Amino acid sequence: MNLKNLKAKNYIWAIISFLIIIMPFIVSVSRLKILGKSLALGIVALGVDLSWGYTGLLSLGQGIFFTLGGYAIAMYLQLNSSIGLPNFFSLYDVKSLPFFWEPFRSTYFTFFAIWLIPGLLAFLLGYLVFRNRIKGVYFSILTQAALLVFYNGINSQQKLINGTNGLPTPNTKLFGYLVGDPTTQKFFFYITAILLLLSYLFCKWLVSKRFGRILIAIRDDEARVRFSGYNPVVYKTIIFTVAGILAGISGALFTVQADLISPQYLLPPFSIEMVIWVAVGGRGTLIGAVFGAFFVRLFASLVSSAVPGAWLFIQGGLFILVVTVLPQGIVGWMNENGPKTLLIDISLKLDNFEKNFKLLPLPLKNLIKFLVKKSLTFSKKSITYPKLDHAGKEEVEL
Amino acid sequence: MELFVDILFNGISFGSVYLIAALGLAIVFGLMGVINLAHGELIMVGAYSTFVTQLLFKEPFLKPFFGSYIIVSIFVAFIFSATVGILLERLIIKRLYGNPLETLLGTWGVSLFLQQFVRSFSLSFGTSVIISIISGVSLKNIFPKSIKERFNEKYIRLSNWIIPIFIGILSNNFLATNIPRIRRPDSRLVDVTSPKWMRGPFEIYGESFPKTRLVIIAITVISVIAVLIFLNLTEWGIRIRAVTQNRSMSECLGISTKKVDTITFGIGSGLAGVAGVAVSLLGSVGPDVGQLYIVPCFMVVVLGGVGNILGTVLASFGIGILTDIFASGRLLTLFPNAPSFVFNTLNFFSTSSMAVVLIFSLIVIFLQFKPQGLFPQKGRTVE
Repeated sequence: MNLKNLKAKNYIWAIISFLIIIMPFIVSVSRLKILGKSLALGIVALGVDLSWGYTGLLSLGQGIFFTLGGYAIAMYLQLNSSIGLPNFFSLYDVKSLPFFWEPFRSTYFTFFAIWLIPGLLAFLLGYLVFRNRIKGVYFSILTQAALLVFYNGINSQQKLINGTNGLPTPNTKLFGYLVGDPTTQKFFFYITAILLLLSYLFCKWLVSKRFGRILIAIRDDEARVRFSGYNPVVYKTIIFTVAGILAGISGALFTVQADLISPQYLLPPFSIEMVIWVAVGGRGTLIGAVFGAFFVRLFASLVSSAVPGAWLFIQGGLFILVVTVLPQGIVGWMNENGPKTLLIDISLKLDNFEKNFKLLPLPLKNLIKFLVKKSLTFSKKSITYPKLDHAGKEEVEL
Repeated sequence: MELFVDILFNGISFGSVYLIAALGLAIVFGLMGVINLAHGELIMVGAYSTFVTQLLFKEPFLKPFFGSYIIVSIFVAFIFSATVGILLERLIIKRLYGNPLETLLGTWGVSLFLQQFVRSFSLSFGTSVIISIISGVSLKNIFPKSIKERFNEKYIRLSNWIIPIFIGILSNNFLATNIPRIRRPDSRLVDVTSPKWMRGPFEIYGESFPKTRLVIIAITVISVIAVLIFLNLTEWGIRIRAVTQNRSMSECLGISTKKVDTITFGIGSGLAGVAGVAVSLLGSVGPDVGQLYIVPCFMVVVLGGVGNILGTVLASFGIGILTDIFASGRLLTLFPNAPSFVFNTLNFFSTSSMAVVLIFSLIVIFLQFKPQGLFPQKGRTVE
């Protein structure tokens, strides 16, 4: 089951791309939006994986960059589809557009603002924090505090940015097309898929170089990296900036498909949820981050529509599971021959089980053993797996 | 002068809420280095247990003692939160020592779990679960050694838990039949009614102070003094400090670090419960009441300098006083003739949420210059 050597990998890719191409034609628009949103969140998960999985910077404030990207595009859409001021301004008796929204009338500016503003903010925050050698949990707490600053700031400013209510997008127009329209949504779905692929390739290129190895070295032993003559501040700042840019892009794509951007995406639970996507998929594996975000998010929307309230239990359980039992995530587990190890463990346990509990009916015991042995022989040849069993033997042959 | 007293009192009463909430965290995070994101939910447990105690005191057989329920509920909240905390430490955090980031994520999972637990199960059920855990743990120690030796350990353990489960079921029945309000799951906000002697203002020298605030300040002061006495004068407090300073050395000298960890975490969680009492006196209690406090608590601890109780005290009072000054626009009344630019800026920040924005930004900027907080730990590391 080693994913790296699997010949079937190419087929899997082909099936996935085929599914993405035909998806808009076979599911309803509301379902397509859920899929598109999950894909968009894959982009921010890539950023979280780069900063946490590779470099060991657990940022709990990715929501800031995500929301900034979302607000940038939402305000652009609002400004360009209404004559004069957007509607909500009249509710608070605002006569003229606040000055900092003025440039968002321009398409080119917005195109850059979506990723450049989050990127610049991430650069600034990252540079200052890393230069002062704030790291580990202090970094996490600091980013969470920054998140709270932005939440309170945006949430309380009704007159500048429509505060708690957020900015809706479905009735706005992009280049003359209605954003909430099914055709436009299909377009957004494809755009999201393409951008996800591009950012995945970019991240892959980034970590495949020497650069990527330095990132991992920083994660594992930063002091040693510094003593070897590298400046960790530069690398950490770059990676945090890249993560911020990805979050901004993701936020913009998410907003147009979610119909709304509001300060609720600035609450701590959303930003920490991003970490669980990466953790479940597999930290330090880019593909794991994307799949983790997509499937966990999809699963979340399925569960919360079926059993309201159950999702938080499951999410809490996932957090506890990935830190105690499965720290390398599902993809990491597959890459480390996890399924096979699990089977070997089970059969070892069964042997012990047999020794300790002779009372178990023999047929049942034989059946379980038979099934396990069968599945072991089924997965290729038997391998030699170095593992100390309870008798103290060094290697166990199966 | 009046303004000064106002600022001081409001600031201290804001700050004392932060302080009591952060005190447990200062012990857990400061002394043990454990990032407990479920701390807010332990506060919530304390607040809800205050609510249940209060309802219990409204029953006819305890009605005459209603005035004193707040003192009882401090102990109840301490024990309940400490139980949940110890359970959390034994089951999850124990496996994650030395991995702060993993602990952070794991405890976040626990906090989500606890929040949803309060939403989907009734308070009587939750209370009886905690009661049965408490009785189970205490029963284990009540059994004489001879009984433990006579039977197989496994059966003893099993029978140990049958009685607590029975006690839990009984208490659930008792609570659910006597107090209909907590019979069903309810995620609405609940309110704690304070006893008569705590309502209204307290007048001294022509100034009036709300009595609730004074009680909160009193609870905070007593808790801080108790913690300082515990850490500095008792045997276990000294052991805790020894383990904090050098874990392996203390282990060599015969201190059971496992036990110390559990006790430290239990006390930190219990203090969160006491904070819950204060929080429930301030306003409504809901399942996500803990979320309001968790980030400010961490900021207080980091700002004060990790592992320094005095720093935590100063940081929380500082934050409280600054919040009061900015949020209620005191500088505007003090300097009405300030230049228009300054006036507008101050006016912009003179709401409670914008004051949070300003103060947290100031803390983030401050930490750029002093990353270790007000009172950094002494000693050198490779970093």
